[in-house]
Amino acid sequence: MKTPNYIKRGRRHKRVVLAERITGTVIAAFFAILFLMPVILTITNSFMAPSEISSNYGSVFARSDSGGKVFISKTVNLKFIPDMVTFSQYFTVLLKSPDYLFKFWNSVIYVVPIVFFQLFVAALASYGFARYHGKVKEIIFFLYIIMMMMPYQVTLVPNYMVSNWLGILGTRWAIWLPGIFSPFAVYLLTKFMRRIPLEVLEAGQIDGADEWQLFSKICFPLCKNGICAIAILIFIDFWNMVEQPLILLSDEQLHPLSVFLSKINSGEISLAFAVAVIYMVPPLLIFMYGEEYLVEGISYQGGIKG
Amino acid sequence: MEKLKTGEKLNRFLRKNASSSCSNKSVISKKIAAKKRISWMFLVPSLLGVLLFFVLPFFVVIYYSLVNNPIQHEFVGFSNYVKVWNNGAYRLASNNTFMFSIVSVPLAVVLSLFLAVVMESRIFFKSHFRTFFLTPMMVPIASIVLIWQVLFHYNGLVNDIMMQFGGGKIDWLKSDQAQIVIVVLFLWKNLGYNMILFMAALSSVPKDLIEVARLENASDLQIFWMIKMRYLSSTILFVAIMSVINSFKVFREIYLLTGDYPYDSLYMLQHFMNNTFASLDYQKLSSAAIIMAIVIAALVAVMMMVENNYGKDIEG
Repeated sequence: MKTPNYIKRGRRHKRVVLAERITGTVIAAFFAILFLMPVILTITNSFMAPSEISSNYGSVFARSDSGGKVFISKTVNLKFIPDMVTFSQYFTVLLKSPDYLFKFWNSVIYVVPIVFFQLFVAALASYGFARYHGKVKEIIFFLYIIMMMMPYQVTLVPNYMVSNWLGILGTRWAIWLPGIFSPFAVYLLTKFMRRIPLEVLEAGQIDGADEWQLFSKICFPLCKNGICAIAILIFIDFWNMVEQPLILLSDEQLHPLSVFLSKINSGEISLAFAVAVIYMVPPLLIFMYGEEYLVEGISYQGGIKG
Repeated sequence: MEKLKTGEKLNRFLRKNASSSCSNKSVISKKIAAKKRISWMFLVPSLLGVLLFFVLPFFVVIYYSLVNNPIQHEFVGFSNYVKVWNNGAYRLASNNTFMFSIVSVPLAVVLSLFLAVVMESRIFFKSHFRTFFLTPMMVPIASIVLIWQVLFHYNGLVNDIMMQFGGGKIDWLKSDQAQIVIVVLFLWKNLGYNMILFMAALSSVPKDLIEVARLENASDLQIFWMIKMRYLSSTILFVAIMSVINSFKVFREIYLLTGDYPYDSLYMLQHFMNNTFASLDYQKLSSAAIIMAIVIAALVAVMMMVENNYGKDIEG
């Protein structure tokens, strides 16, 4: 019996689809390797002994001020796997040299209140924006979008002036307060809240809820996913901050680890790798638990109008 | 008889209701007004903070950009702007920033769209790949600059690979090619984020439209260009603008890689601002900030207009 033509075509189609899927996977794998390599290298290098690090990368980090002490090789050997795995750097960072931990703690002190209070202020504001549209509110919301888009080169000038005027320049408040009132979370959370169907709120109203109850009992819980997503986005932004401390904090003791890491001198490069790994653990942990939220949050951002 | 009675009842009931709603109208509108006022109360904390830290000082910035110095307050028109515009460092910084954006933004859009298309072509281990592509976004730049320095060192891996293919050695971070290193780092960091935006847009293309096109013997390429691109247009625009804005923020990466004094080709607008902050030249700072604000505002306005006109027929 002859196989009908359409079945043949179907089989060929299946084969084509399979080939397509495999090429797609190969391309994705290629990019994935490129994307992950720096992270993996940093992690494996953090387990190398200081002597191995300096013999591998000595010439990269050597500066004129730290001349003859360490052995400096002319060539750079990039190694994926350490000759000998050692935890001594972690031991040093965590127990012996408090400077790193202190800076790490600085980062935490900046980020946690900013995430918490920015979300709180933004949740209130986005309820205000999402409820009862009006011409004035539209204009204000548009202003928020524009402010959100301004780069630090623009916003830091006003921030600096106000901090100076309030007398908080050079203190932690100079980082906290502008961070808490940053318009980013307001914008995104408003987009989440506008998707809540009006019927839900009306049902709440009929049951006798006042505005505060509508907000705290209905809107806030319904936006949980959005709030998680925004919390992650705020967290990475401020965990990474460089510009604000450089300009607003002249005292290096107050600098977060992100700025401090770039100033580690060549003698401590092996430590720097360990600190770098410790520094990326919190965001990566958050990422592991919150990837779905993060993806949802980013997807909501697309399209500027809510 | 029975029926007529119920009908009459219903009528009476309706009339009663209608009249009552008429007389209550003013009460209801008052209630709504009260609720509107309450909804404004929710805005107060955020509005106060934004006014204090962003809006009001911005007017001060505008004022400073128009006077000769903070003590005399003499109105000088646009001479501060002219001074900034003719400043050599500002020229260098804005040229570099512009060059960087021109190169990195199209690359960011095209590559992330490509990745999204690959991801949506039913590849294996899709969710794992998504995790991998998003990881750079989560990793702090400060953590990976060390390895970046090793990769792009004069004797580093990238030069080794270049040698394999017969290229010459370049001292990447101290040459005119330094911007390439930053472009790569920028792409590494931002592609995942853009890819998610494109994936969301791609999955919102109606499936039945594509099926109809298939039945009409349209090729994959045709489907992509004629159908999917129509739906992607507004996302492409959004990604492009976000990439432009992110490209203004690339100072972070450059600072962590090269410190306070980078090679000339890496001297960005934020470096210029930092130096001006160091000398506390309020006039220069203010005028430079306002020039930048105008550029960004113009970009946003263009984006809004294009999005308003374009893609209207799709969203329906």
